[in-house]
Amino acid sequence: MDIDKGIGKGRVGVSPAGAGGGDRSTAPSGRATAASPIEFRLDAASGVPTYLQLVHQVEHALRLGYLKLGDQLPKVRDVVASLAINPNTVLKAYKELETKGLTAGRPGQGTFIQATLSQVALPELTALRRSLLGWLGTADGAGLDEDGMVALFTSALRDFYERRSGSRTRGGAASGETEGVA
Amino acid sequence: MSMNVIEATGLGKRYGSTWALRECTLAIPAGHVAALVGPNGAGKTTLLNLAVGLAEPSAGGVTVLGGLPPGSPAALDGIAFVAQDTPVYKNLSAADMLHLTRNLNRRFDQRYAEARLAELGIPLNRKAGKLSGGQQAQLALTLALARRPRLLVLDEPVAMLDPVARHDFMATVLAAAAAEKGEGELGGVSVVLSSHVLTELERVADYLILLSQGRVQVAGEVDDLLASHRMLTGPAAEADKYAERPVVHVRRGEAQAHLLVRATADDPVPPGWEAHPVGLEELTLAYLREPGAAALPGPGRGRHTQPSEVTQ
Repeated sequence: MDIDKGIGKGRVGVSPAGAGGGDRSTAPSGRATAASPIEFRLDAASGVPTYLQLVHQVEHALRLGYLKLGDQLPKVRDVVASLAINPNTVLKAYKELETKGLTAGRPGQGTFIQATLSQVALPELTALRRSLLGWLGTADGAGLDEDGMVALFTSALRDFYERRSGSRTRGGAASGETEGVA
Repeated sequence: MSMNVIEATGLGKRYGSTWALRECTLAIPAGHVAALVGPNGAGKTTLLNLAVGLAEPSAGGVTVLGGLPPGSPAALDGIAFVAQDTPVYKNLSAADMLHLTRNLNRRFDQRYAEARLAELGIPLNRKAGKLSGGQQAQLALTLALARRPRLLVLDEPVAMLDPVARHDFMATVLAAAAAEKGEGELGGVSVVLSSHVLTELERVADYLILLSQGRVQVAGEVDDLLASHRMLTGPAAEADKYAERPVVHVRRGEAQAHLLVRATADDPVPPGWEAHPVGLEELTLAYLREPGAAALPGPGRGRHTQPSEVTQ
């Protein structure tokens, strides 16, 4: 729910300059609107550690183009106040993103995106999404349920990368991706 | 940041012939949100009361904020305490409560308190007893935070609150802990809170103290505790033989057994067994079921539970 709201805000286009420009939160608790295009959410049932959920959501937003170069991440205090999580958890997530070379902290201002993960432009993403939806329709027509589709897609994805990178393992591919970014 | 907000050595408190707290030795470092967990009667409230100066030790000693005696003027200035069920004076208005707290304390941020109550939509002229449970809790918390303490002590703050009020209350506490010095460093208030609510622990706390039968059973940073425990799953017949690593707790079926052991991700897993990381709730529950097991800071302090003590 929260992320939809955040994504919506990103879509209307908070320009990087605007996002980095000023702190619009004036309330003493800092709970007013953050100057970031995204908002975090938590899935307690996922079993994924909280800080990793935050890291993944930033990476996800970068891949899909909701976060762009120069955009500001939500301030630590705002994340803490909206999710009721430990502040050190947010710091840990932001440190991890910085280690990956995706963000940089500016003293007194906040944390900003300094690298991007999305290799393709938004219009192209839309086209790819449409063709994937077409495939999902075909799979559905053939009688495949959701779990079946996920299993098939995951297995095909693994085959694809194994064929392309020869002996490279899945772990190797993942770290290769990170290196490419940094 | 190496200051300890609470430091106890051999601390004990006896009521009549019953020890409510015994041989309690611990050091809670500043800059954390520390959770004090344990079953009813474990000594949580006693420990907190000793730390804020509401009770006198029967044995040992306790200091706060880097060596201050509890109850001393400097300690009282630096610590804000919200007692169990966040009590307020039911017949006083919110404004009266502000007035009272301002006059009873050397430091009180009136502007913060008024702005915060306005933000919460708590009318100043409303009697505290007429506010909702969540609002009463927020009022008590606002009064505590307006004193600008270095340590905030909360005794079972959310036990009586509904889920939304609980979330909002903890959000206020954690935002106070997050007051940023600069990016990457926290300069906010240190928090020590006691709680029964295990499910929220992992999100909220980064330091855990587990009290059991008046003694400290587990203490340490949550990340360290999680990194030093693994759940091993394997054949029940081999469960008793597995003794290379201290076993905290065993759950056993006919064929399969789960062993919570003190081990890191790098430690070898015996053939035929699977190792999984554990969550804070699972870890806490396991220790609560094994009052004999302990995980305390320092090498060699973790006790090895004998197979005979292990529950079937």
